[in-house]
Amino acid sequence: MPVVDKSSRAIGAVRQSFAPWNDASARPLIRFEGVTKRFSDAVAVDDVSLDVYENEFFCLLGPSGCGKSTLMRMLAGFEEPSGGRILLGGEDLAGVPPYERPVNMMFQSYALFPHMSVEKNVAFGLKQEGLPKDVIAVRVAEMLKLVQMQRFAARKPHQLSGGQRQRVALARALAKRPKVLLLDEPLAALDKKLREETQFELMDIQIELGTTFLMVTHDQEEAMTMADRIAVMDSGRLVQVATPGEIYEQPRNRFVADFVGDVNILEGAVAAREPSGLWRIAAPGALGPLMVDDPDERLDPGQAVAVAVRPEKMTVTRERPEGPNAFEGEVWDIGYLGDWTVYRIRLDDGRILRVTRANTTRFVERPIDLEERVHIGFLPDAAVILSS
Amino acid sequence: MRGRLSPFNVVSLTLGFAFLYIPILILILYSFNASRLVSVWGGFSTQWYFALLQNQPLLDAAWVTVRVAFVTAILATVLGTMAAISLTRYGRFRGRALFTGMVYAPMVMPEVITGLSLLLLFVSIDLDRGFWTVTLAHVTFTMCFVTVVVQARLVAFDRSLEEAAMDLGATPWRTFVSVTLPVIAPAVLAGFLLAFTLSLDDLVIASFTSGPGATTLPMRIYSSVRLGVTPEINAASTILIALVTIGVIVAALVTKRSVLMRQAG
Amino acid sequence: MARDAIRRDEPRRRGLGRRLVIGAPYLWLGAFFALPVLIVFKIALSYPELAQPPYAPTFDLAGGWEAFVAFLGELSFDNFAFIVSDDLYVAALGSSLRIAASSTLILLLVGYPIAYAMAKASPSLRGILVAAVILPFWTSFLIRVYAWIGILRPEGLLNGFLMAIGVIDQPLTILNTEIAVHIGIVYTYLPFMVLPLYATLERMDDTLIEAAQDLGSTPLKAFWTITVPLSWPGIVAGSLLCFIPAVGEFVIPDLLGGSDTLMIGRILWSEFFSNRDWPLASAVAIVMLVVLVVPIVLFREAEARRLEESR
Repeated sequence: MPVVDKSSRAIGAVRQSFAPWNDASARPLIRFEGVTKRFSDAVAVDDVSLDVYENEFFCLLGPSGCGKSTLMRMLAGFEEPSGGRILLGGEDLAGVPPYERPVNMMFQSYALFPHMSVEKNVAFGLKQEGLPKDVIAVRVAEMLKLVQMQRFAARKPHQLSGGQRQRVALARALAKRPKVLLLDEPLAALDKKLREETQFELMDIQIELGTTFLMVTHDQEEAMTMADRIAVMDSGRLVQVATPGEIYEQPRNRFVADFVGDVNILEGAVAAREPSGLWRIAAPGALGPLMVDDPDERLDPGQAVAVAVRPEKMTVTRERPEGPNAFEGEVWDIGYLGDWTVYRIRLDDGRILRVTRANTTRFVERPIDLEERVHIGFLPDAAVILSS
Repeated sequence: MRGRLSPFNVVSLTLGFAFLYIPILILILYSFNASRLVSVWGGFSTQWYFALLQNQPLLDAAWVTVRVAFVTAILATVLGTMAAISLTRYGRFRGRALFTGMVYAPMVMPEVITGLSLLLLFVSIDLDRGFWTVTLAHVTFTMCFVTVVVQARLVAFDRSLEEAAMDLGATPWRTFVSVTLPVIAPAVLAGFLLAFTLSLDDLVIASFTSGPGATTLPMRIYSSVRLGVTPEINAASTILIALVTIGVIVAALVTKRSVLMRQAG
Repeated sequence: MARDAIRRDEPRRRGLGRRLVIGAPYLWLGAFFALPVLIVFKIALSYPELAQPPYAPTFDLAGGWEAFVAFLGELSFDNFAFIVSDDLYVAALGSSLRIAASSTLILLLVGYPIAYAMAKASPSLRGILVAAVILPFWTSFLIRVYAWIGILRPEGLLNGFLMAIGVIDQPLTILNTEIAVHIGIVYTYLPFMVLPLYATLERMDDTLIEAAQDLGSTPLKAFWTITVPLSWPGIVAGSLLCFIPAVGEFVIPDLLGGSDTLMIGRILWSEFFSNRDWPLASAVAIVMLVVLVVPIVLFREAEARRLEESR
């Protein structure tokens, strides 16, 4: 196994040319400084510090109740932090009421005013600014064009489909040209197909306008698709803040690995570091020790670790693969998804590993069948060591 | 935002409920006044309650009123529930618009008109006025309130429960008895109590439709009130308030228990 | 196929049970609500007579068609002409509408903040508050009006209190004035105003207010542009629920108002009980109905729509 020069490797498939978070001189647009929010009986947000940069599409990802919505609502001004500061463009937002903050929100329920037409809804925020009528009319037309809703200007919200309402909510929130657009589960109410289309539309709009988007979602696919960076939250704390590629390929801990995508977790203990730089891990149930290429330098021999391997980075074969990192087991389930086939393989100790294979050809000779004895393998750089 | 009351909200609630309750509390307090003068406090006494026991006409009137209210409540509950089912479950039928009109109009119809019109009906069909004419009149205006209460519950009702029962082979009648009725029972009970109280409370319609020997308690109270405020009336009022309060609390507990039972089951 | 099966089932479902369930309340309301109103119309066209019943002409079915024609010939619009020509009735109708309208306005101003605060309370507190609003309504209307006599009298508790704290040194005359009538109406009708308002406010989506504030409107502005328009059904229902019966109110003006507080319900009462002029009383009732028919229809529409929306 040749050792690759790590500095030249890019994590994930996407090349990141836009990365102000790596630029020490860049000043963040939004800065959360040790923000904490306590409700009477619980801590919803626990000491969160976070920077979001201009033009960024930033996503707060986590299971429901992890505090992501509360964090966003504090930025919008609907909740006051119990501790810490929130800065927008360097200015402390403490005490600024929601109606004076230069951020606008797209609500999960869309919160369209049911007694106003589409046009009136979009114009609402502009009217509050006291802009002249003709300016408002021009801006409303512009916004409706942006979301392709010109034809529905006179309709009432209840006369629109879910997707159309979503567009109106977006237009309304963007009409005031906010410094930051907050999106609270913006696509949750749409069906799957529409959701996927809308994801790309939202991204296009974000690039077109250059507005900073801060989105909250529990849907990892949505976050991965749309965000420049993702902050994964759990129980009120930030777990990891990174690009989608880093989150997926280099999860910081088991929670992130598990929450974002599918993962096989293999328990073991550090045996030694090989001269090649690989870590040798003793893992029960494996055919020999595991060899993992992980840049982490601070592992001690004997330390209990978990090796995380994504299902698509494992292979399933009848013969034992060459090299280290092999398991043997029996095919338990096969799920054919069209583009992928999912194998659930039961090891002799009862554990089940999940392996996926891309169906790159239409026909397979002698496909692997249920109850067959098979081998599972993976390359050293396919795995990540999770210490906690 | 829910559950957070601003100082303005707290002031609104405090003043609102003070306004609603202070007059009643004063009335109750003065029923225990030893002095005959209503504006002077002459010490604590229960003498007016004992005086009530001696007041045979008042007791007779109370008995008439309770009987009227009871019969009224039963009939109004049955008819009102039927009307509610007609309006929510039978879709369009001939004369539905007129029917809806007849259900809603009596609720807001000035009582003097309802009373007068019923009296004129009883006179033109030569019906002797008394217990039954008052009861008929009361059923007519109270059943509409029952309908509205039960209808609200039926509208909120998950239709698929009834459909499931029918799908499993229950006839419409069995479905009603074993599925619909248990679910709407709290509303039916509330309707019954509402009809009972409205009947108990009514002065105007009873004055028109009642005859000799069927003087109701409100009619009695009204004729004494016209002569001025007396502690005896305060005492009678206090008893009525106490009865109604106990009734409402019992009803609330019963419905709450049935709700809890339904949630548990 | 399935469609056929459903169709075949229809006649069976429209069977006896259905006919009974619709028929019984329908006939009852027809006989004891619609028919009496028609009789009021008929008697309003009659004239009083010292007899039993105290009006003429009476209609006898045994007389056949000719008797019916003769009966029709005897009917007249004299009662209505009299009502229109006599200032008393016009003035009474006018002041009834005025008092009902101003009371309804006060009810709205008093009731809205209460309903609004109730809707903002926590769910557990809300239940208690609703019960607390309803409870006085369950206690006798007559008694609640009566309670105010003791409070408002010149030597009553309100005057005693105000004099004791030194706001006034002469008792105010409140009882037997229109002010007392307003107080009485506001007091007894308050639950009818608060509950419909509360029902619409409670259903309102909080995020709409948040959205309005997020888009730059102050809480007060959000209240006027969002909350008030969206609670309009409750405002209409509550106002009509108070206004219509208040126009025909008898007990409150009779007990709390002075002899100069003219209200149409009181006029009807005295025409009927004191003057025993049943035809004139009926004509007054008809006039009242005509005035109220539009609000009654509006109320019915509002209720039907409200029920439709809660579906």
